[in-house]
Amino acid sequence: MPKLTIDGIEIEVEPGTSILQACEQLGIEIPRFCYHERLSVPANCRMCLVEMERAPKPVASCAMPCGDGMVVRTNSETVLKARKGVMEFLLINHPLDCPICDQGGECDLQDQAMAYGFDRGRYGENKRAVKDKYMGPVIKTIMTRCIHCTRCIRFINEVAGVPDVGAVYRGEHMEITTFVEKAIGSELSGNLADVCPVGALTHKPYAFTARPWELRKTETIDVLDAVGSNIRVDARGAEVMRVLPRVNDDINEEWLNDKSRYSYDGLKRQRLDRPYIRQNGKLVPASWAEAFTAVAARLKGLSGNRIAAISGDLVDVEAQFALKELLSRLGSTNLDCRQDGARFDTSVRAGYLFNSGIAGIEKADVILLVGTNPRWEGTLVNARIRKRYLAGGVTIASIGEQRDLTYPYSVIGSGPDTLQQLVDGSHPFAETLRAAKNPMIIVGMGAFQRADGLAVQAAARLVGEAYGMFRDDWNGFNVLHTAAARVGGIEAGFLPGEGGRDIHGILDGASKGEIDFVYLLGADEIDMAKLGNAFVVYQGHHGDAGAHRADVILPGAAYTEKNAVYVNTEGRPQLARLAVFPPGEAREDWKIVRALSEVLGTTLPFDTHGQLRQRLMAANPIFGAVGEMTPASWAPFGAQGPVGAAPFVTPITNFYMTDPISRASVTMANCTEALVGPAQERTGTHG
Amino acid sequence: MAFLDRAARSLFLTELLGGMALTLRYMFKPKVTINYPYEKGPISSRFRGEHVLRRYANGEERCIACKLCEAVCPALAITIEAEPRDDGSRRTTRYDIDMTKCIYCGLCQEACPVDAVVMGPNFEFSTESREELFYNKQKLLANGDRWEAEIAQNLAAEAPYR
Repeated sequence: MPKLTIDGIEIEVEPGTSILQACEQLGIEIPRFCYHERLSVPANCRMCLVEMERAPKPVASCAMPCGDGMVVRTNSETVLKARKGVMEFLLINHPLDCPICDQGGECDLQDQAMAYGFDRGRYGENKRAVKDKYMGPVIKTIMTRCIHCTRCIRFINEVAGVPDVGAVYRGEHMEITTFVEKAIGSELSGNLADVCPVGALTHKPYAFTARPWELRKTETIDVLDAVGSNIRVDARGAEVMRVLPRVNDDINEEWLNDKSRYSYDGLKRQRLDRPYIRQNGKLVPASWAEAFTAVAARLKGLSGNRIAAISGDLVDVEAQFALKELLSRLGSTNLDCRQDGARFDTSVRAGYLFNSGIAGIEKADVILLVGTNPRWEGTLVNARIRKRYLAGGVTIASIGEQRDLTYPYSVIGSGPDTLQQLVDGSHPFAETLRAAKNPMIIVGMGAFQRADGLAVQAAARLVGEAYGMFRDDWNGFNVLHTAAARVGGIEAGFLPGEGGRDIHGILDGASKGEIDFVYLLGADEIDMAKLGNAFVVYQGHHGDAGAHRADVILPGAAYTEKNAVYVNTEGRPQLARLAVFPPGEAREDWKIVRALSEVLGTTLPFDTHGQLRQRLMAANPIFGAVGEMTPASWAPFGAQGPVGAAPFVTPITNFYMTDPISRASVTMANCTEALVGPAQERTGTHG
Repeated sequence: MAFLDRAARSLFLTELLGGMALTLRYMFKPKVTINYPYEKGPISSRFRGEHVLRRYANGEERCIACKLCEAVCPALAITIEAEPRDDGSRRTTRYDIDMTKCIYCGLCQEACPVDAVVMGPNFEFSTESREELFYNKQKLLANGDRWEAEIAQNLAAEAPYR
């Protein structure tokens, strides 16, 4: 443990700590541009120079490891002069266009020029001008502003694993470019604008729309995938202006995928802002009272087994819990939160959670992906697997489709039969698993969305048992969900009850006329044609498939418009917070269910959000541990049985459009056009 | 004695004559009042009157939607919304000044990096209704076109001191 003196303060640090990190531990601020704590250290901006005794020149503190007996000064005359000099050189070619720059107000260069720079310019020659590059539908480039810190290059190569960005030429002529004109093919490209310390890379959808000082910041969570990334929603007035990631080392570190970041413009389009009732085949605007009366009239005298409810992908726990309570009062047990038709055992928590935690991936030494494309189903899980790969000493294999996952892996099979072979040890990969210390299996929804889902789950469990994935100190059985509402719905018990129908049963029953009333709680991904002649109530926030089919529409709130609990794929409950109010007459979802229950004459026993949360915690204590993972105890799950031969197929066909919000987003449509489908298959020789 | 003194002054109307003399003296001095609104007094080149939004000589509006005036305004009288124009440049889609809130402090024109928002020499913009005092971008640009000559002259006169 080296011991050194910084500004007269003695500190002992871990070996390998750089002087800059040691200064941070002491709370001493060192200005920097190229250094980023989650990227490699190039030491090319020279802003972090400090003075060290017995060193002939100032040293770059980000790249200088602490040594025993070092004496470092960070505020001496020499250091201040060095900073001023570096800053003056950086500003030689940086344009003074802060008033039209989107980074203005939150720019590292602006702040540090104020704090450490010289108070006037002495440079009278012409500045350098660089042609802007095309980097896809989400990143806007103004390359003249670039200070060549290379953070973007390092991010895209190291974290994203898509080496699309690099630098050409040398010295002053250096340019950051995509080599050939193409959109950056990474789902994490939005982070480029975050890591850029100046305004060279900015968010295209946010261009010129707002200034950081006029935004109201709300710390909340993302629900467009099941990872539950921590985000900050910046709003102005009643409008969400942008979404930024928040640091949470257990989940998303400090990154965010493009869908979660840029689909906020979908929150302003196709919104349901008032109740509607279908009259003579047409949806007619109505008041809340009329809508509730219409629902009550249809429900009157209907027996419980003819009523069903399905909840969607973006629904919070409170709404699902409230609707479940309402349905049980109506005598129905036909309810399911797995609108995608996935079949898996929900009786044992360990059987449907990402047990090791996303951070746990870093401890695994063999990772087996089953029927999943984590790059699309949980981009930040994939980024974590890549981080693990970069650390070295890991074997990654996949049973399913061959996809570019940004790290090398081997496809060892395509369907459930490979799992069987692993169970009996006849597969060559069994050797690798047997030798592993912390083996991990990640099962995707592609493995469960099939008729033999329960048997696949059991087979995956047997693989886990055979290779020691369930131990007291390690649980390597992981399920990667695709919907933020799923685990919350399961934990809240939004599942078929005693003798109740599951999603397949509900759809079958509705098309056969055995179910007369279907309550869609934000469910848009089901086949609406199968609902037959049933009376459909759609409660949700977007005019998507469900609203199109509905007989009564009850407008709800999107995830930025309510205080609610969501549970991510790890089983970690997290709070979403109200950033803006729902539009028009739309209301928070649990309030709608509560109000409807009153009209139906079976008033639910909670009047406030607090009371509802109390009941929720009484029903399932995990909801009380917000932000915590409650470890799941292990017990046999799944149903052993014959499995089909069909290969696993990932359920997501277009990463950028998976839910009503992203389908309504123009940015996501642009991304789809640029990055998915025909544009990607073009070879350059097409006309 | 005092009685005599007072009596003599009353008798010879000295106070009255003194007053008349003063009046007579001012009759030959230059007038200080002006016949407003037909005549107007001089105005400093630093006068802070009605706001305008200026244009460049080629007709391009100066405002680049940096929102510094909105940020600095102590009365929160300015509202700006912006988005990229078709040619990709940064422009406002909305530039409103609530003249009923404005306290004429002049910070907006101090903050403007491109001399777009300027408080012109016009002080005669009373209206018959409140609504007419909620200026939008169109009104402010029209003001700019109307007062450009005077404002350019004022800015040129003030340039050495800025």
